[in-house]
Amino acid sequence: MAVTIDDVKHVARLARLGVTEERAGELVAELNGILGHMAALEKVDVEGVMAADGVGALGMPLRVDSGAPYPLRHPLDAFAPATRDGFILVPRLASHEDASEETE
Amino acid sequence: MSERRAARPPETSARGIAERVRDGDITAERAAREAFVRGDDARVGPDGLNALLWTDREATLDAARGHATESDFVDRGDLAGVPIAVKDNIATLTLPTSCGSRILEGYVSPFEATAVTRLRNAGATIVGKTNMDEFAMGSSTENSAFGPARNPRDRSRVPGGSSGGSAAVVAAGMVPIALGSETGGSVRQPAAFCGIVGVKPTYGRVSRYGLVAFASSLDQIGVFGATVDDAAIGLQTIAGRDVMDATSADVPVERYVEASGASLAGLVIGRPKEYFPDFLDARIREKCDRAFDAFRKLGAEVRDVSLPHTDLAIPVYYIVAPAEASSNLARFDGVRYGLRVPADGLAATYEATRSRGFGKEVTRRILLGTYVLSAGYYDAYYKKAQQVRTLIADDFREVFASGVHLLFTPTTPSPAFPLGAKADPYEMYMSDIFTATANLAGVPAMSQPIGAVDGLPIGGQLIAPHFDEARMFGAAYALEAALGAEALR
Repeated sequence: MAVTIDDVKHVARLARLGVTEERAGELVAELNGILGHMAALEKVDVEGVMAADGVGALGMPLRVDSGAPYPLRHPLDAFAPATRDGFILVPRLASHEDASEETE
Repeated sequence: MSERRAARPPETSARGIAERVRDGDITAERAAREAFVRGDDARVGPDGLNALLWTDREATLDAARGHATESDFVDRGDLAGVPIAVKDNIATLTLPTSCGSRILEGYVSPFEATAVTRLRNAGATIVGKTNMDEFAMGSSTENSAFGPARNPRDRSRVPGGSSGGSAAVVAAGMVPIALGSETGGSVRQPAAFCGIVGVKPTYGRVSRYGLVAFASSLDQIGVFGATVDDAAIGLQTIAGRDVMDATSADVPVERYVEASGASLAGLVIGRPKEYFPDFLDARIREKCDRAFDAFRKLGAEVRDVSLPHTDLAIPVYYIVAPAEASSNLARFDGVRYGLRVPADGLAATYEATRSRGFGKEVTRRILLGTYVLSAGYYDAYYKKAQQVRTLIADDFREVFASGVHLLFTPTTPSPAFPLGAKADPYEMYMSDIFTATANLAGVPAMSQPIGAVDGLPIGGQLIAPHFDEARMFGAAYALEAALGAEALR
């Protein structure tokens, strides 16, 4: 299951990471080097073994899906890259390039 | 108490500082000022150890003064006036929380981590944010976007990682306690490298509200202490259920300092053979043997045991952790906080921001994590790793069910290595070979100094069943007292 340069480019796209051609080539070697060590897992018999879905005695609890938003001690414009009227400005979608509202 | 604190002056321990402040001998402001002086003397800043990334002395001294006048914390808190440093991935309201990354450079959190709030409520003063491997991905603090940190015991060597800055400021004597975070050994390994105490609590023992997520099924806030007592005071202060973190456990918290002086008679300490492989440095083995002898003299029984899936921990860890990281780090996209690199449209902005904001190791792990989760590879890698993880957790369950109370092992296979010595990613990952198992199983573990090799500290690791931190601290206090100054030799 060797990683190819196309795999690197594919996962980089999925992960929204720009990777240069040169770096993609290096990553093929690096990821194959790392995944080569994972081959040890192939030999382990896991017939009937449950996949861990949490750790410890308590499983993986979920929070109640309700409640007030977390209180913020600094205003939005103190940490968001761009805001207007108390809202975060989001870069426009490429498919909406004709939209009249300029957000940047 | 003096032999426990080895070479450290008792008046700079957490207990010593809090007593002086509560007795009115010094103010909290003076205690903070003294910490900055000790930090300057040890050159903990960017021109020296590069252990401390962000400080604001005037604001810190103001906060310490405010504590004295506005509340009665200083009259009664366990940590009255105690200066504490915090890893840069734990949210603070006034200092930046950059996670050692360009993508969060200058970011100041609009909320505070529960662990930090609890420290402040006990009277502590937060004196700075410490250097770390970017997003806690690393074992040497060389992956920080703000330059590598250095080991105070030997400045040509790494302090370990990812919480290397926190370990270094404690080892340099600036503060008696610092917060770090653990995903695969990021508190215990730097504690071992720097010759101090580092604790990874049980998964769920400490609220993670305000800890920037790396791998959510593994992450846990941990505590560094100059001594076992410092670490015990720190952990008992921050532990316990928090409504802001659903994964924090509703299990009562003991006062770990009361484990000091506990008898080890009847205690069974396991010696897992897989942690003493042939390639282990013989001098590290000797230091461990000396610790086992000390445990026997204290009345404990040392029993040979086996945790047969130990050697699979690193392959499992480096599938599970990057997979979870690839999901958790999706939030850093230039929209809501941190760096935004404008580009043509939303998708291009995401890509430009993430490509410029993330460093090499973070990028590598996101890609690795995305790969093992992608169609066609999920079953072979991720699902298989989660199954083997169950086997690793079962190893611990079985050994503790057999009547063994604690395990004792070396913390790392070698002492601190020189900066730049490990260029191959997998070779670096192997630094966590003895620590990642506890994260995968969710059990508590801690490292403490048990000797030195060529002048470099060696750590010994205690591992306990879930939520049995009190017994672990009991053994740690006893070993520290038994070794005395030998712990640093």
